[in-house]
Amino acid sequence: MRIPVFMVLVILLLLLTACAPQSAAGEELPSDIRTLENKGSDTMVNLALQWAEKYQSLNPGLRISVTGGGSGTGITALANGTVDIANASRSIKSEEIEAVAARGQEPVEFVAARDAIAIIVNPNNPVDRLTMQQISDIYSGEINNWLEVGGEDRPIVTLSRETNSGTHVYFLEEVLRLGEKDNKTLFSPDTLLLPSSEGITAEVRDNPNAIGYDGLGYVTHEVKVVAVAAAPGEPYYYPSIETVNNLTYPIARDLYMYTAGQPDELEQAYLDWIMSDEGQAIVKELGFVPILSP
Amino acid sequence: MKVSWREWLEVLITSIIKVSGYSAILFVLVIFLFLMIEGLPTLGEVSLENLFGRRWYPIEDYFGLLPLLGGSLLVTLGAILVAVPFGLGTAIYIAEVAPRWAREVLKPFVEIMAGVPSVVLGFIGILVFVPRLRVLLDLPTGLTGFTGALLLGFLSIPTIVSVAEDALDAVPRSYRDAALALGATQWQTIWRVTLPAARSGVITAVMLGLGRAIGETMAVMMVTGNAPVVPGSPLALFAPLRTMTATIAAEMGEVATGSTHYHVLFFVGIVLFLISLVVNITASAVVFRQRKRAERILS
Repeated sequence: MRIPVFMVLVILLLLLTACAPQSAAGEELPSDIRTLENKGSDTMVNLALQWAEKYQSLNPGLRISVTGGGSGTGITALANGTVDIANASRSIKSEEIEAVAARGQEPVEFVAARDAIAIIVNPNNPVDRLTMQQISDIYSGEINNWLEVGGEDRPIVTLSRETNSGTHVYFLEEVLRLGEKDNKTLFSPDTLLLPSSEGITAEVRDNPNAIGYDGLGYVTHEVKVVAVAAAPGEPYYYPSIETVNNLTYPIARDLYMYTAGQPDELEQAYLDWIMSDEGQAIVKELGFVPILSP
Repeated sequence: MKVSWREWLEVLITSIIKVSGYSAILFVLVIFLFLMIEGLPTLGEVSLENLFGRRWYPIEDYFGLLPLLGGSLLVTLGAILVAVPFGLGTAIYIAEVAPRWAREVLKPFVEIMAGVPSVVLGFIGILVFVPRLRVLLDLPTGLTGFTGALLLGFLSIPTIVSVAEDALDAVPRSYRDAALALGATQWQTIWRVTLPAARSGVITAVMLGLGRAIGETMAVMMVTGNAPVVPGSPLALFAPLRTMTATIAAEMGEVATGSTHYHVLFFVGIVLFLISLVVNITASAVVFRQRKRAERILS
């Protein structure tokens, strides 16, 4: 007796869930308020929020909801059809393209801004310049005392974002492996994987042993930014709008927005606005690097 | 007609209550089945050598569970070492020593303590404990297993206190009166009579605290540094480590459904589930044996 009752409940529940997407996919929503779901990269979340806020004030009939979670999270949501636009601080991977394709759609890529990764240390740390090779060795565990890179006799504590962060993958490929495809260098297992930018900033601020990396937009005055040289003997550059745009600062990247399939009218208008001077001004305000720089 | 309607209602309500009574079993079984379906494919996709490896770096297909298992066990052990003396002390004070007014103030406060969200505790941990522990213990970083153990201890204390306090409270007044009448001091009464009499409840309290500690995620993720290092000695408690729960929480959002990484995370879930199963079975076995012995003595 008990099992049939349960089965009936399960079937009823299944029937109920079957209703949901149907009503959501209806041709016309009852109200005239239209919505855009925007999710992904934590690096971009503040930027995306500012864009959304400004754009909503210009278009009162539109609601844009922005959430973070990481580039992978955003693209997964795009593949699952739960968001309209995914933000990513790395380009989409081939298996993610397949995941979106599994729903019969092709992801379309937009470069919405540029970003540089700043290497940060404690303000009391005398080290103020590092080469890419030195940073790679520090993170892989080859170098584990500040003395070896011209600092005090202190152990080095390396801080990184979690592996689901686009910044992590970018740092692994471009810094740890120096952009070499067949380089299999890994983060030392001692590397602390912190779930947020704030966690890294807080630890670097308080701990003179620590080294961390973070998007330029998230660097605060409580930490010290290190100048980076692409190779020994080459000049050292601090990250800034100028050095990123003239490609002299070595750790810079594009920030992407993805739609599943060609953007519809609503999405296209929003993306166009982001590329406008007004949208890119916000990019600059937040410490990222605008695309259409003079 | 009316009567039969009421009878019907009664049958209906009885069966609803019955179903909800049995639902606990059903939920556990369904959860276990779900974990198995999602987690067991791991064994086909990842070699055992990899699974028992010392490196966890899933984006490059390193799925060694040893650092996660070691991290979880070490933090939980540390938490128990913090929480048991503290929790039992509080429980004994509230149940046996405290004057009535103190008891009436303390009990609600312990219950409020249980309600502190672990994220809030994590924040306090990052801002207060992490920098101070680094300086105090002269460590390279304050983001260590020990910091996590302190927070977890704090989180399990309310559980331990309230269950142990109930157990101590349930010991008949006559036991204490008899002990005191025989000339035992208050300490002797507590240590030799009340506590042993409440032993099964106290063990349950410790086990529930243990379960709370091993399953906790947020606070641990924020303060342990999450470095997947295999702990080589108990001193690894004072270095960064990574727990199973933090791993699942940090990585579940990113994985593609059905990928190897996804299956391995569920496999970690199975391991966690089995550990808490063992803890619970041990606890109830201990309680059961104790009860049998008590029955033997009484008969």
